[in-house]
Amino acid sequence: MYETIAFYLFSALTIGLFLITVMSKNVLYAMTSLAAGMVLISGFFFILGADFLGVVQLIVYVGAVMALYSFAMMFFDATKDIKEKNTNPALIFVLGGLSALALVLMFAAPIYNKSIQALYPMHKGVGNAQDVGIVLFTKYLVPFEVAAVMLLVAMIAGIILAGKKMDQSLTKDTSVDDDEILTQKDAK
Amino acid sequence: MIGLSHYLIVSALLFSIGLMGVLRRRNLLMLFFATEVMLNAVNVAFAAISHFYNDLTGQMFAFFIIAIAASEVAVGLGILIVLYKKHGSLDLDDLASMKG
Repeated sequence: MYETIAFYLFSALTIGLFLITVMSKNVLYAMTSLAAGMVLISGFFFILGADFLGVVQLIVYVGAVMALYSFAMMFFDATKDIKEKNTNPALIFVLGGLSALALVLMFAAPIYNKSIQALYPMHKGVGNAQDVGIVLFTKYLVPFEVAAVMLLVAMIAGIILAGKKMDQSLTKDTSVDDDEILTQKDAK
Repeated sequence: MIGLSHYLIVSALLFSIGLMGVLRRRNLLMLFFATEVMLNAVNVAFAAISHFYNDLTGQMFAFFIIAIAASEVAVGLGILIVLYKKHGSLDLDDLASMKG
């Protein structure tokens, strides 16, 4: 009963919030609604019994990724509305819906196969975190280490890409001194 | 009672919202947001299949998707900052350098 109510509440809210993310003209609104939608997505994970995945979603997505986006937004002018030249929104609705439907059907078709069986079944009486840990560190150890190396590479790439010329301001014209900007403002 | 198909339908809806955003958006930062929406939709489907088939493989794949998304954001935002320094804009139409 509660599961049903929670499911419908979470799905309605996530769909609404992600629609705001996709349709909004303001970067700040889009980012905030994306963060809220991700919190509700972790609610789905808790309903489904994937507790550890839900906590990881909260820490990594809502914590780290959103903080990274908000730091990056300080480099761009986030307060003004984005002007976009949109070509025929109805066509994009139809095309997006149709291609998403085709993709989902293609990838969901094997799930309805009856011969499917559990490769690493969950154990009764063992918490989700223990179960995940055992499978992750025995069967998926090599992908885990590769993912760790990939995160290290991404960190170095991020530092090198964003760290160049950090002493120069992006939004301010460096050829003009601060005093001149101030006098220009005074003249206005 | 909520079954597997309910979760898959919600996941498909979220995925099509994200795909619509990817097709519709011209700003690169907004394109990144739409990509995140699509990744989250796939994660919901993986967790639902993992629950209803009593199998942990789905959750494992969701973990690796989260790791890939985190590194994608780190590299992608670095590239966005470099692009913004170079062009002063994140609009795809302004960035097009090869006019056909």
